[in-house]
Amino acid sequence: MHINQISVFLENRTGGLAEITRLLAENNVNLRALSIAESADYGVLRIIADDSKKASSVLLSSGNILSMTPVMAVAVPDKPAGLNELLEVLAEGDISIEYMYSYNTREDGTAYMIFRISDEKKFLEVLAKHGMKPVCPSDLNIK
Amino acid sequence: MSNYYQPEIETASHEQIRKWQDERLVKQVKNVWDNVPYYRKKMEEKGVTPDDIKSVDDLYKLPFLTKDDLREAYPYGLMARPLKDCVRIQSTSGTTGRRVVAFYTQHDIDLWDECCARAIVAAGGTNEDVCHVCYGYGLFTGGPGLNGGSHKVGCLTLPMSSGNTDRQLQFMTDLGSTILCCTPSYAAYLAESIIERGLRDKIKLKAGIFGAEAWSENMRRDIEEKLGIKAYDIYGLTEISGPGVSFECSEQTGMHINEDHFIAEIINPETGEVLPEGEKGELVFTSITKEAFPLLRYRTRDICVLTRKPCSCGRTHVKMSKPMGRSDDMLIIKGVNVFPSQIETVLLERGYPANYQIIVDRVNNSDTLEVQVEMTAENFSDSLSKINEMEKNLVSALKSMLGIYAKVKLVAPKTIARSEGKAVRIIDNRKI
Repeated sequence: MHINQISVFLENRTGGLAEITRLLAENNVNLRALSIAESADYGVLRIIADDSKKASSVLLSSGNILSMTPVMAVAVPDKPAGLNELLEVLAEGDISIEYMYSYNTREDGTAYMIFRISDEKKFLEVLAKHGMKPVCPSDLNIK
Repeated sequence: MSNYYQPEIETASHEQIRKWQDERLVKQVKNVWDNVPYYRKKMEEKGVTPDDIKSVDDLYKLPFLTKDDLREAYPYGLMARPLKDCVRIQSTSGTTGRRVVAFYTQHDIDLWDECCARAIVAAGGTNEDVCHVCYGYGLFTGGPGLNGGSHKVGCLTLPMSSGNTDRQLQFMTDLGSTILCCTPSYAAYLAESIIERGLRDKIKLKAGIFGAEAWSENMRRDIEEKLGIKAYDIYGLTEISGPGVSFECSEQTGMHINEDHFIAEIINPETGEVLPEGEKGELVFTSITKEAFPLLRYRTRDICVLTRKPCSCGRTHVKMSKPMGRSDDMLIIKGVNVFPSQIETVLLERGYPANYQIIVDRVNNSDTLEVQVEMTAENFSDSLSKINEMEKNLVSALKSMLGIYAKVKLVAPKTIARSEGKAVRIIDNRKI
């Protein structure tokens, strides 16, 4: 149920991000989702790749600092208020979200949100109560 | 036209100064031999006894003391008096984090204050003056030293301490400060603030006594012009007493060392050999009147030149140049002594690699310190707030070690150059 997110330390300088994407491009890794959290001098790049093992070994071998973080993806209806309904449920269930971002898909009618939650057990309970659950990596065609 | 605080001492003949030094040195060496086992052991190792020291000519026979000795003997190992005779400590940072603590008897404080009084009077100070002291007060010697000197002279003393520019300027204008004592960079900062706020006509400053950090002739002219004052340099170090070990007179061509209290030598920092007058080398001090904490042949690591050329001010005491550099890697940032090894200690304790870089700069006349550290896999996290928190912890650990704020910049691994041999850890961009 977990999806492997690769978190990469990114120094804030021109061309820093391009170095990473170039590396992935050269190794034929496809990026499925990406988010950056930044402060003045550095940032954390968070990516979901179609092949997380390959992506991480490529990045590591070129000297990057990274960590693998288990995250969860939840499907939301791709329509107005789709995300809001889910977030209302989480708010009501007193679930605190560390961070989240959206996941690209070409499927019609469904969007996905990637969640990093500290209390995953409670998260799953709240979802289950509303008949929802995170999707598997295979559902998203990633490994 | 010159002013003296103690004319009979400050203009004494060379023979007289030499006589004082010979007598006091012999007495001090005996005192240290009897009361400081740490130094006695050093003398014994060198095969020297007090009988070998009959005058200043024999000074070279004595072993040196270094900051490492102060660390090893910390805190009481170099004291020559019992604690009950002491009334004060002052402190400065040491090489690997252990602080240097110097002890004072009341007599030591009185003599130190007199040294500072000489500096204030040389800058034109009298009991009519309002002496505005914005050196830091506390463990740092700057504030207490000039404060004591100002009392001796009889100036109205404003114990402002450092920072809070609004308050500094308010007191300066409301109470008509005439003598400003602070670091040169703070003086430059105050000068700019005064001009920006259109207060130039409201201040009554006539002189400034600026020390504890390096400053250039250009900076002096700039401060003098902006504030309409004459700016005097002052030198000192906690180990020897504090500010007032030497001070500038109206000639502004070097600082007179108070030779009735401190014997100065210049040595070759590599060999320890004493160099003749006029040659550039490391400054070494022997305190001949200190009671509580008498250091013999203490290596300051400051590189300078001594001259006995007659001075137009009439003072006869030897003059030292501004320090031209250091024979170790100590940095003086905002008047505070900073050793790269202190920074390294903090980094290693917290699991950061020893590969770091220190960048010192001067922005708006104020020193800045940045420590660049490489991110490690262990310290990395997917959560930005965790990294931020770690960074904050590192900043506060550095602050408590160094006493000043250091900006921490986390950089990607392997981005700090690994040099062959001795690493170039320090980039000092200050143009002074």
